[in-house]
Amino acid sequence: MKYVDEYRDAQLGQALATQIAAAAQPDRHYKVMEVCGGHTHSIYKYGIDDLLPGNVELVHGPGCPVCVIPMGRVDDGIAIAHQPGVIFTCFGDMLRVPGSEHTLLDAKAQGADVRMVYSPLDALRIARENPDREVVFFAIGFETTAPSTALTLKRAKAEGIANFTCVCNHVTIVPPLRALLESPDLRLDGFIGPGHVCTVVGARPFQFIPADYGRPIVISGFEPLDILQSILMILQQLGAERCEVENQYKRVVPEEGNLRALEVMSEVFALRPHFEWRGLGFISQSALRLSDAYAEFDAEQRFPTPNVRVADPKACQCGEVLKGVIKPWECKVFGTACTPEHAIGTCMVSPEGACAAYYNFGRYARERAAV
Amino acid sequence: MTVTDREERVLQIIETARAKKARFRDKQITLAHGAGGKATQTLIEGLLVPAFGGETLAAMGDAGTVEIAGASVAMTSDSFVVSPLRFPGGSIGELAVNGTANDLAMAGARPRALTVSMILEEGLDASVLRDEVQAIADTARTAGVEIVGGDTKVVQRGLADGMYLCTTGIGAIDPRAQLSTGGIRPGDQIIVSGPIGEHGTAIMLARNQFDLDAEVESDTRCLWPAVDLLLDAVGAQLHCLRDATRGGVASVLNELARASGVSMVVREADVPVSPVVGAAAELLGIDPMYIANEGRLVAFVAPEATEAALAALRTVPGSEHAAAIGEARAEPPGMVMVQTAFGGRRVMDQLVGDPLPRIC
Repeated sequence: MKYVDEYRDAQLGQALATQIAAAAQPDRHYKVMEVCGGHTHSIYKYGIDDLLPGNVELVHGPGCPVCVIPMGRVDDGIAIAHQPGVIFTCFGDMLRVPGSEHTLLDAKAQGADVRMVYSPLDALRIARENPDREVVFFAIGFETTAPSTALTLKRAKAEGIANFTCVCNHVTIVPPLRALLESPDLRLDGFIGPGHVCTVVGARPFQFIPADYGRPIVISGFEPLDILQSILMILQQLGAERCEVENQYKRVVPEEGNLRALEVMSEVFALRPHFEWRGLGFISQSALRLSDAYAEFDAEQRFPTPNVRVADPKACQCGEVLKGVIKPWECKVFGTACTPEHAIGTCMVSPEGACAAYYNFGRYARERAAV
Repeated sequence: MTVTDREERVLQIIETARAKKARFRDKQITLAHGAGGKATQTLIEGLLVPAFGGETLAAMGDAGTVEIAGASVAMTSDSFVVSPLRFPGGSIGELAVNGTANDLAMAGARPRALTVSMILEEGLDASVLRDEVQAIADTARTAGVEIVGGDTKVVQRGLADGMYLCTTGIGAIDPRAQLSTGGIRPGDQIIVSGPIGEHGTAIMLARNQFDLDAEVESDTRCLWPAVDLLLDAVGAQLHCLRDATRGGVASVLNELARASGVSMVVREADVPVSPVVGAAAELLGIDPMYIANEGRLVAFVAPEATEAALAALRTVPGSEHAAAIGEARAEPPGMVMVQTAFGGRRVMDQLVGDPLPRIC
């Protein structure tokens, strides 16, 4: 495929891997966090961590939008899905995220009309086609997906579609990063910045990472060569004792972001005073609700929800795993109370979470096959 | 206790838990139970096999075998609920014949006879039924199987989405065949009979959910001619066969790695995927290794027989692009690894969710 294969060239990958090995000081252990779940996916898909020297470790960050939705919000979604006449729509990977008792997939099996969509516009189309039903879209994601939800709502308003509402779970990436960086026991050396989020918000919001916390961050694309190059750039910064925001993904990320998208977002959304993150607890000003101008499209206002906070079990140590303080297996509930079948924390919810990967692949995740 | 000891203990807890027999504890059936991945496995191993017992069933081949009057007979049954009923390259009627014939072929049996049960929905257009009956007849003729019986039931409107089909087939095990799910040995080469993921992709696009247009057709086809030539070419050096239907090639490899107590290593760059399927999978974020096929087999052959097996397969229409994609190894048992085209390595796990329900 043109414009794709160029970024997946195995020989260039080997060359970058060699440069990374040369840039890493042998007596130092590097922990680099990839903030975005999209990066985690690429790292897994291409086996990128396998190309890194043993002393360069990747830590999966809080940027998997599905994993961070707390159980109480899933319960609210399920309650709405069970309302008579409702068609409940969401992205496919949201279907299996556990609430306190059930998943949306369970709700579907119990008779709720739950449908998977690839875009909020598909949900709006379903609303148009079913004027006698209430169509609800369960919106999730960071600044990457928020603009498409915003545009959909603008269109719904312009067309006067009254049977369409949205449960807004959109979150923002900077507050949880700041929360991680505030931690006194943080063990991270640098960050691979979330390229897709940056196409919307630009590079500037990440200046605080080098400025306030002394850690380098490189905004990265999602192809394997992008990620390897970003890791190299981080190691080069550390080696030269530089500390700044660098943009590896210049072909897509403009310095100032996408002003048009930001404008639409500020029209449709307003900041929530605080929001709960699975595994990380409450973080202030870390999520979006619908603005007052769009209140009529707010499913939380149209439908009764239990709105009960379901606390993460106390023993869950996802926060420590995310900060790189402990390994998955060092968590008190890992492998006993918390398993992929009955996940407690964010790191176990998605198959690509640090704990789930470690649980599924165990010792082979590290040894791997001697190919 | 040192840190390493603690890690080892945690790993042992997990491995003990995983080695335990699957138990079916789910409170209700979800679509995941039909997807061919982990939930399906729990349903079969945790509920069906313990309840029905028997060595043949426990071997979990595509078809069971019974001895009747001194002859080894393979027998199997399959249901078809695909939506839409017709799609580029095939229809439910073709799938119903080829699907069951292929399960027999994978046991090393020449498909001989089928019964066909139809569950029809009140209000079904008779022309739709006529077309499918014709498709069943034509496909059976091509496959060389006789339809010897059947059943028809009609259910109320809304209960069957047009029609469901169920076929049961039998055939005599070919004397050249020595196949078993536990028969894969370290060193065996993994062969696929052609480009993967075409059936699942064709269905996905036929549903028009994605606003994608592409020329891709289902690969539905009877695999006995391919098996026949493979047996001629390599005989007992062919250790195991599977058709990679629900859950795709990845699911077949995971199941068989467990059944044979071997690991598998797949070279991603050698796996044949057509550009159209590759592009659709890229856009939709699906790995072609998990997409269903209806006319692709995975063969495990002794290393010295690889070239002969490939040469034989490539003479069969539809298998011209057969390729060796990897090999079985001794360690670690039950695991499937991928050498990615990019040069890294990763584990290829069983399917957890269902990328696409009702594909066959």
